[in-house]
Amino acid sequence: MSSSVSCIVLRALLALAGCGVCIAAWAQPKAAYPGIGRDATPKEVAAWDIDVRPDFKGLPKGSGSVARGQDIWEGKCASCHGVFGESNQVFSPIVGGTTAEDIKTGHVARLKDPAFPGRTTLMKVASLSTVWDYVYRAMPWNQPKSLTPDDVFAVTAYMLNLGGIVPDDFTLSDRNIREVQARMPNRDGTTTAHAMWPGNEFGRAAKPDVAAVACMRDCVPATQAVSQLPPHARGSHGNLAEQNRLVGPQRGIDTAPATKTGAPAAAAPASKAPLAVLEKNSCVACHGMTQKLVGPAFSDIAKKYPGQVDHLLEKIKSGGSGVWGAIPMPPQTIGDDDARAVARWLAESAGP
Amino acid sequence: MSNIQQPGQVRKAPENFVDAQGVRTVFSEARKGRRDFIRGAFAAAVAGGAATSAFAQADGDPAILQLPAHSTGLGQPVVTDGYGKPSKYEANVQRRQSPGLTPTAQASVSFAPLQSLFGIVTPSGLHFERHHQGWWDIDPSKHRLMINGLVKAAKVFTLDELMRLPSVSRFHFIECGANTGMEWGNVAVPTAQYTHGMLSCSEFTGVPLITLLEMAGADLKGERFVLAEGADGSSMTRTIPMSLVRSGEVLVAYGQNGEMLRPEQGYPLRLVVPGVQGVSWVKYLRRIELGDMPYGTKDETVHYVDLMPDGQHRQYTSVQECKSVVTTPSGGQMLLDKGFYNITGLAWSGRGKVKRVDVSVDGGRNWRSARLESPVLSKCLTRFNIDWAWDGSPAIIQSRAMDDTGYVQPGYRQLRAVRGTRSIYHNNAIQSWQVQASGEVANVQLG
Repeated sequence: MSSSVSCIVLRALLALAGCGVCIAAWAQPKAAYPGIGRDATPKEVAAWDIDVRPDFKGLPKGSGSVARGQDIWEGKCASCHGVFGESNQVFSPIVGGTTAEDIKTGHVARLKDPAFPGRTTLMKVASLSTVWDYVYRAMPWNQPKSLTPDDVFAVTAYMLNLGGIVPDDFTLSDRNIREVQARMPNRDGTTTAHAMWPGNEFGRAAKPDVAAVACMRDCVPATQAVSQLPPHARGSHGNLAEQNRLVGPQRGIDTAPATKTGAPAAAAPASKAPLAVLEKNSCVACHGMTQKLVGPAFSDIAKKYPGQVDHLLEKIKSGGSGVWGAIPMPPQTIGDDDARAVARWLAESAGP
Repeated sequence: MSNIQQPGQVRKAPENFVDAQGVRTVFSEARKGRRDFIRGAFAAAVAGGAATSAFAQADGDPAILQLPAHSTGLGQPVVTDGYGKPSKYEANVQRRQSPGLTPTAQASVSFAPLQSLFGIVTPSGLHFERHHQGWWDIDPSKHRLMINGLVKAAKVFTLDELMRLPSVSRFHFIECGANTGMEWGNVAVPTAQYTHGMLSCSEFTGVPLITLLEMAGADLKGERFVLAEGADGSSMTRTIPMSLVRSGEVLVAYGQNGEMLRPEQGYPLRLVVPGVQGVSWVKYLRRIELGDMPYGTKDETVHYVDLMPDGQHRQYTSVQECKSVVTTPSGGQMLLDKGFYNITGLAWSGRGKVKRVDVSVDGGRNWRSARLESPVLSKCLTRFNIDWAWDGSPAIIQSRAMDDTGYVQPGYRQLRAVRGTRSIYHNNAIQSWQVQASGEVANVQLG
């Protein structure tokens, strides 16, 4: 590209001119492509430039208390993450696995223990900016970017409180976030000393960490232990015969359950389920057709409330908790027609 | 139906494919303006030709001796389907989810059917999917790309404008950092689709990102980092290696395999970061920011990090190191008979070109170098082939790739000795497939 070449030339000229031109280090805008692109307005930049860096550049002003965070959490977050951020039913748990000692050392001790199951967000996250940035841009799951900065400070304070990092009466703000950063349990638990970043910005390791040799003859013992999937996992990924081409040097192994062998699969009848509505409104993120996920299966709801369209409609619109378990369902922002379609389908047995 | 025609004899339609009665009907009905009848008459003619005889053949293969309908009838017209589809006989070749891997279908993965693909290009409809908060089909006329940060003036580009700029087209692989992640501890899934299917390769068309940065008057002196951000709900962000931006390798792409990107792949705009794991190839790309420090985003500091045995997490791991897999014969397949087979597979490296691929059929004791098929391109899938005559006894097939930096793909023992078994990401160990005496092929790990 000629543009790259001219940039190199420009950089060379700047280098020749010495440090006297450091103030004028901006490259001149390319004039080679007239009529393409325009300047962004300040409001446009503000609307999209929402990222928060580890030095907290980009963090909006604002504050939120643990108590307010708990209210928001129970309404908008607990349905997936559990009331105490401990649930692993939908996503990896957020809270758990960190100790008061970790807050002192800055490296979560349990990460060194191969026997400790799983890793929570608070065990892994080094910079509080990462949590703030992510919640602000991507949460809640089905309504991303609907939280205000104050909401995000509050929810973040609540999560930190669950992890014992801030006290119950704490209010997190843009002014004290650096002090809280100094208490993050895994703030020193990360490294960039590896060869898997293409560049020198991190002072990376010069060589890859594993150095194998391309041996060609008598490289390993003639007999070796061989491990494979246990027999009961044979059908774990469906019938492999149906996952391979029907022509060529090989076929897929028939792994269909023995009882079904030979019985041709019946053509699926047209679905009665309002699938598009369920998917559009993210209902299926928490409810399975016949399987309990976060919330009850649609089939179980149907069994419990046959014919009760109005009751089901009210539940969809207002939310609820305690009937099927501790995790609440928040009120659903779903159109009236859609809500009625779902309620009617549930009341009519929620068939496929 | 008329009798079998003489070779070289050209006849005019419609006599060629509609019988005498049909022709009369067509003409008489057409005169009455009932054009629907034409269609009906044609359909009857085709159905007559399709009737197969049960006549048994002692003289040879009925597939040869009995001319099939497609040899004796009229085929379908052009534009039966304005966007053509694969043969109905290829319906088994689908991307698939691994059951139980993810609890939601919006933050999930579908795997490309590597065991059924040829060459190096992944058909766009079979390209693996990874979505963090569901996929969208975005109106390109309403999509914008913003460049801001350490630039003289923040800029906004429309798709119309980006597509007016000089474009480049390049073949590159994209591999999810978590590809083969389920296998870190032990054998977990049965087939190449699930062990290695978060891998695809396309020809991408777009504009080098460095061009757009220069158009915005970017301050490129000193240590620089680029943030890429998506327009979807997850608004995925990653810090992009500046060395690859400066080299011109990083593309703002709108084209994939000759057409626009598929919605599942970020239509209308995605970043292409050759050699780097898929999560950095931000889809629905809406913003590029130039800064002077890394951004510490969730998917480079909390996820897509590598837990080492000492309890440290490696952050900003990006390069997909040299790796290969035999795609046939592979796990979950069944060889039809003893005799000759072409062992074939894919090799790739995030650091450059594949230099050599060795294949073993005795569990890694002895190796032979495979043929690399052209083209062999940098940061692109490379297809390899090697001859093999199966004698019917159990065999363990492996492939081992080497790239042009001299890096050799490691075995599980070597990889685990350094990284342990608790990582999820960047498993590039040698894959083993055991061909059993029955002809069944199983995913196995050795040692």
